[in-house]
Amino acid sequence: MITLIKRRGSYYFLAVTLATLYLYSQSANITTSVFSIAVTFAMPLALAAMVGIMCERTGIVNIGIEGTLLLSSFVAFYVAIAAKSIVIGFLVAMATGVAMSLLLALMSVTWKMDQIIAGTILNILATGLTSFFYIQGNMLPNMFRQKPIPGLSNLPFFGDVLFKHGLLMYIGFVVIITLYYGLFHTPWGLRTRAVGEHPSSADTAGVSVSRMRYVNVAIAGAIGGLCGSYLVLELVGSWNRGFTAGKGFTALALMIFGRWNPMGALAAAMFFGLAQAGANQLMINGTVNIPPQFVGILPYVMTIIVLAISAGKVRPPAAEGQPYEKGQS
Amino acid sequence: MSKLIDEVKDSRRKYDVGSWIVPIIAVVTAMLVASVLMMAQGLDPMLAYKSLFTTAFGSSEGIAATLGKATPLVLSGLAVTLGLRAGLFNIGVQGQLLTGALASAWAGYALTNLPPLVHIALALAFGFFFGAIVGAIAGYLKAFRGVHEVITTIMLNSIVMGIVDYLASNPFKEPDQALTRTPQILDSVRLPMFGNFPSGFFLAAALAFLMWWILGFTTTGFRFNTVGRNRFAAWYAGISYKKTIFFAMLFSGGIAGLGGAVETLGITYRFEPAFNLGLGFDGITIALLGRVHPVGIIPGAILIGGMRAGAANMQFDAGVAPELVDLLLAMILFFVTAPLISRFFKNSSNRSLTGGWGN
Repeated sequence: MITLIKRRGSYYFLAVTLATLYLYSQSANITTSVFSIAVTFAMPLALAAMVGIMCERTGIVNIGIEGTLLLSSFVAFYVAIAAKSIVIGFLVAMATGVAMSLLLALMSVTWKMDQIIAGTILNILATGLTSFFYIQGNMLPNMFRQKPIPGLSNLPFFGDVLFKHGLLMYIGFVVIITLYYGLFHTPWGLRTRAVGEHPSSADTAGVSVSRMRYVNVAIAGAIGGLCGSYLVLELVGSWNRGFTAGKGFTALALMIFGRWNPMGALAAAMFFGLAQAGANQLMINGTVNIPPQFVGILPYVMTIIVLAISAGKVRPPAAEGQPYEKGQS
Repeated sequence: MSKLIDEVKDSRRKYDVGSWIVPIIAVVTAMLVASVLMMAQGLDPMLAYKSLFTTAFGSSEGIAATLGKATPLVLSGLAVTLGLRAGLFNIGVQGQLLTGALASAWAGYALTNLPPLVHIALALAFGFFFGAIVGAIAGYLKAFRGVHEVITTIMLNSIVMGIVDYLASNPFKEPDQALTRTPQILDSVRLPMFGNFPSGFFLAAALAFLMWWILGFTTTGFRFNTVGRNRFAAWYAGISYKKTIFFAMLFSGGIAGLGGAVETLGITYRFEPAFNLGLGFDGITIALLGRVHPVGIIPGAILIGGMRAGAANMQFDAGVAPELVDLLLAMILFFVTAPLISRFFKNSSNRSLTGGWGN
């Protein structure tokens, strides 16, 4: 099965590369701009999926990603305005993400509450707080502007697509790669996965299950804060009620689609980012008129299909969703 | 074997209605915390609450508006309750409700020349049927493919939102109208009023009592409860786990769809995607506030319906944003589920209702 998926993955990669080459030979400018826009669509989804991966790999179901993004983007916006500094806004947003995560950890690790309810509380709480304190008509002092990376940004195609973005985008890439490396190639990653798969074994081996869960969920919250800041301080530049528009739920789909692997989720995010950017481009050209709603629901439909077909083969971390009690088998 | 015994022991506590004091204290605590927030903004919480509750419950028009707001909430709470009784967490009530609302709106304006009673029954049936389809998809995937219902219902919520938005802005759109909405439903399909009061509420309340009777006193209800409490025991008793799960999800979706239909036919008279936002998630709060009891959710729905009905006036009288109600709901959900309060009453019923995505 794994080899099958690996092979499928490389087919997908090959197909995308060939299609890109063809399109690039037809129209270099448009292809480059579509890919570049696709990356800006994909990054927030990928980062939000990282929040889910961090939590679930360590055994905590987090359906409160949407709430974390909503509240941290809100805080990023208003703190940046109040402090007249987008950097302070970004840092406080990360702290907000951590605070939301700690609340989740408190409910699900310490109080052993139902984790789905805990996540629902995060979502409703963020909606309530942000819409209660929302004030119309504010402007950011400035935004994270495009900062091309010297040298790399001169590369054909890749330079424009990957290396002409703002600071938060670059941080996002570093976070995703670090997370991938960390999860699969460091002792910390091994412990994290052990706690998510079989907590009592990890406990026997001397790993503190609840400490591991607290720390990882907190890191996930910081990534959520980064994602919220990216959305508001680099991509959009304004905030309104319901700002995140379900990105936290799309993230859950991408997490499953990428099989709880940071690289898989990044590839999935890129795929849907491309679908969205491509559909927009086709609409601008007037070639095909795809209703934007249909592009929007693509990740969800594909996730349900994948889950329905490969039921039992797409396997989440085994201990996820269950509070750990010492001495359980 | 010991695991099985533990499960049985646990299950005895799982739906222990326990102390009715917990929900009441949760509501009061949430209101206290909210008043601190209001004071921090320099507002007067006493004035706000007074305005909120006199608007909602102080006059017969107020009560009528409250019951109107409470109607879909009773049904979405019932949908969540039915799921939880069978051990399913239906987060998809939002999507099922939207589907039902749109389907009944279509039946309400597109089908013409029907006698009122037939038309109403047909439009309600449309709401139920399409909500049930959305629920049944999740039920099928859970029962026969082992896909966790929480993940499918989250996905289905977003899918339904997209499709409904598309339908309301293209094929079902009111002609020559800038807003995304369907035409108004015909007069023949509007739910009648009992004096001042919307008849939809009585329909919803009757359904709540019906469900209480079914869950409490019939074999069907026994099946649902047994599967929800312990699927191994259910299997041992010869109850089909898969069939029960499937039908629980189907009926849960249908009731949610009915909630959307009653909202369309009794209150809004047309479908507009923004109308029904949040009703499904309020259903989760209401179900847990009512201790997962079909009749217990009625007071919770009336309370929250009253808050929604009085929120606009509260802004007028006390300058408090109506979104305070969302904040209150979040805190109510937190206090009613977090073991903070129940610990004082030695009611340790904070057991997980759901597992991971796996099974």
